[in-house]
Order: sequence, then C-alpha cells, then structure tokens
Amino acid sequence: MTNKLIVSSSPHIHAPDTTRGIMFDVITALFPASAFSIVLFGWRAALLIAVCIASSVLFEYLGCKVFKTEVTIKNLSAVVTGLLLALNLPPSLAGKNIWMAVVGSFVAIFIVKQMFGGLGHNFVNPAIAARIVLLVSFPAQMTTYYAPFTNAVTEATPLANINASYGAKELLFGTHGGSIGETSVILLLIGGLYLIIRGVIKPIIPVTFIGGVALLSLIIGQDPLFAICTGGVMLGAIFMATDYVTSPATTLGKAIFGFGCALLTVIIRSGPAVEGVSFAILFMNLLVPHIDSITVRKPFGWEAPEK
Amino acid sequence: MAKNKTLSYFTNGILTENPVLRLVLGTCPTLAVTTTFMNGIGMGAAATMVLICSNIVISLLRNIIPQKVRIPAFITVIAGFVSIVQLLVKAYAPSIDKSLGIFLPLIVVNCIILARAEMFASKNSVLPSLLDGLGMGVGFTVTLAIMGLIREIIGTGQIAISESLTIPLTSAIGIEPMLIFILPPGGFFVFGLLIALSNKIAEKQGKKAVENIGCEGCPVKDCCSAKEEIEKEEEKND
Repeated sequence: MTNKLIVSSSPHIHAPDTTRGIMFDVITALFPASAFSIVLFGWRAALLIAVCIASSVLFEYLGCKVFKTEVTIKNLSAVVTGLLLALNLPPSLAGKNIWMAVVGSFVAIFIVKQMFGGLGHNFVNPAIAARIVLLVSFPAQMTTYYAPFTNAVTEATPLANINASYGAKELLFGTHGGSIGETSVILLLIGGLYLIIRGVIKPIIPVTFIGGVALLSLIIGQDPLFAICTGGVMLGAIFMATDYVTSPATTLGKAIFGFGCALLTVIIRSGPAVEGVSFAILFMNLLVPHIDSITVRKPFGWEAPEK
Repeated sequence: MAKNKTLSYFTNGILTENPVLRLVLGTCPTLAVTTTFMNGIGMGAAATMVLICSNIVISLLRNIIPQKVRIPAFITVIAGFVSIVQLLVKAYAPSIDKSLGIFLPLIVVNCIILARAEMFASKNSVLPSLLDGLGMGVGFTVTLAIMGLIREIIGTGQIAISESLTIPLTSAIGIEPMLIFILPPGGFFVFGLLIALSNKIAEKQGKKAVENIGCEGCPVKDCCSAKEEIEKEEEKND
C-alpha cells in the first residue's frame, strides 16, 4: 500500500489543518446539541457526557501505554469519541448503570481504536461500535428512555411510540424521548453547517444519507420528515458517518456510502427493530474498503490497458 | 532424546500447534458451543475421544487404505467413532447431549480430526498417533473450556456446573451480565483475543506469528500432502 502513495518532490503546499484543530471544530459543532441535551435531560446528560469523555481519555492513555505507542490524548480525538458515545446513550444509563457507559468507552477506545493501531486505523467508527456492543449486551437498559424536563419518567422514542403523534416543532426541537444528543434536529443541523463551512466535512454523505432516508421513506409510504427527524439519522449522518477513517475517499464513493446507510436504515426500521441507524453505519463502515476499490479515480489521460 | 520426542507429540497439540488457536481448525464448533464452560468441556471431551480412537485405527490401517480413496476411508472410520460417542453421551450425559445438539454428530466433519488423520496418523505409527490425538484433544478441550469460561462469566454472571449447581459470580452482586458474550459476536471477539494472546506467547518463544497467506503461510505446510498436488498442478499449467 505504502509504495502506491507517491509523494512528489518539494515544494509542497502547506495546510494549517491539524488533527487537534479538526477535532476541536467537531467538539464546537457538537456543543449546541450537547448543551441542549443537558437542558432536556438535566444532570443525567451532564453526568453521561462527563463520564464518557473522562473514561475515553483514560482508556486512550492506557491503550497508548499498553501498545507502546505515542500518547495521543492531546489531539482530542478521544474526547470526540467519548462525546459522541455519550450523545448516543439513553439518559436512563446515568444512575447505578453508569458503569455501562465506561464499558462503552473501553470498547470504543481500547478495542476498536487502540487494538487496531490507534487513530486512523480503526476499522469502524468507535462510538458506533461501542453503542452497538452496549445495545446488544444490555437491551433493556439501553432502550429505557426518559421524557425530557422530567425526573425519570419513562417515555418511548417517537419511532417506538406508534400511537402518539408528534408535531413538527416537537420533532425539530427534540423535546421528546431519545438518546441524549440525537433529538434536537435543528441544533445538530447547525453543527453540521458549521463543519461544512469550516471545511471539516464535505456535505455529500449527510445529504445522501438524510436525503436517501427521506426519499426511501416516501416510497414505502411513510412521512419523510418524521423519518429524518427521529432516531439517530441526524446525529449519525452528520457526525458519525462522516468520520474520515471509516468513510470512502472519493465523492462517488461517499455518495454510495451515504445512500447505502440510508437504504439499510430504512430496511432495518421497517423490520422488527425500531431503530437501525447505528447498524447501518457499522455495516457500511465495513464496506468502505470495497467501495474505495470500485471508485478509484482514474489519473488524467489514463487509458485502459489492452488485453 | 527419544523419550522427549515421544512426549513432544503430546505437548505439541497443547500450545505450539494448538488446533484452535495456532492451526485455526475446528472454528465452527469452537464458536458455536462455547457459550458455557460445561458445553466447552463436553464438546472437547467428545472430540478428544473420537480423535484418539480414529488416530489409532487410521494409523493401524495406514498401509492398507489406498491413497486415492483415503479421505472417504478416514471419514468412515471417524463417523463410526462419532456414532459410538454420540450414543454414549446420549445414555450417560443427556443434558450435555441436549445442549450440544447438532454439534455432537457434526464432529464427523470436524476438521481437526480429519486434519490429524491426513497429516499425522496416516504417516506415523500407532503410539505417536495416539499421543498426537491425545495432545490435540487436550489442546482443543482446554481452549474450548477457557473460551466457555470467559463467555459464561461475562455473558451470564455465573457458572452453571450442572442443572442443580450454579456458582453465582457477578450476578450475586447485582451487576448486569453483558449478553453479547453469549451471542455469536462475543464468540468471535473472545476467539480473536485468544488468538492474539497465543500469537504473543508464540512470539516470545521465538516463533513468528503467521503472516503469509496461501500454502506458505499455513502452519502445517511441511506435512501437507495437498501442497505437493497443488505444486504439480502449477507445474503442469506453466
């Protein structure tokens, strides 16, 4: 692989981007949604965010020590993973089951990231993998959601609660049950817009992902606005599926990836499972090497070799 | 020296050529039945039994079985012993028979047993074959037991020795078990970690971790008969 990446001789264009800078941008973009989650779910959200970030950074440090690599906690990537993991957890985990969040951080950082070689070598998105490990391990605890502005009154998510009807305002502001960071659609969109303006992410994956879910829901006869404003579509499409390491390199590849996520999400949702965004992203993460290999850019002037 | 060599036939199978972790054979039963400690032990014991018996018989018949039909002949011998073991387990340990289910008769196609018949018993005399079968069987059983132990403790929080005797561990202090460990992904996960660990141990002993793929990377390439045939084919094609 390395000998295929030809680096030409100097001069090179220098870009001011650093891993730390990009990670800081992501944290900034997640800030509105994170702050609002504390407004919605109170101390539970604050505790989850604090515990996930602290344990992620700790496991990053320990992982680097165990695998004898340079300690990379200063590049903030573990903070981003911890924050994303926290935003993907239900508020009911804050309490006597808070150790489950620590287990999630361990899976995300130590197993998915450090065991495979650290930043840039994780084969799937660490926070998504951790969420799924927790969801499969503790199905009851991971699907107990609380209504916002209440003290532990359980409320099903809009996707699970088929009898209730939700107004557009409720869906856009996210004043309903769910994982702490996935509900407030507007704030997540603002974060996404910030990342696009700053040039941290390209809009192609969020657009194909969210657009795909809307289109496919419309085709199978569901309300497209409801489909994209509920569950983890916004959080997943903007912040998780756009992870550099686990998304394709080319624009065409990104479009295939985003639409694949959308297709799988809609398929999984129409089955017995209530929500499928995280499984869809995980599965498409695994397909990224194959998507990359079929969307290799042709060099200018390249012709197919004669057989 | 001679004594050491005889002994090495036995110890070979436990770590240096552990069938599951170093040769990566018999993966299917390994992943499927190790949801509990006792299942692992039961599966390991049944397979060990078959392995020893079939190794002995195939080693005795090694000069009689024609080269071209050796695989069907091996399978027939193995199937005979599997039937015996299956009936014994059904009669004396019905609970293990119940929990192992289809995987007990499927020992017939367990590739550890066929591989040892092909690679070892058909080329060696009776005593080494017996020791090889015993060593491989013990290696298989120990690996399955360790996997079962890890998966059962984390996945259920307790160890069930029999239907009436269960030792509670983390479940006693109210910690929720991680269900994923008794589901297929947990099996792959523990399997991968144990392989990584055994590679690390082998590395410390001065053996290289398996990196090459194809025939060259195969840990049993020195005694594999398929390799010669493949090489012949390749020469023909050239």
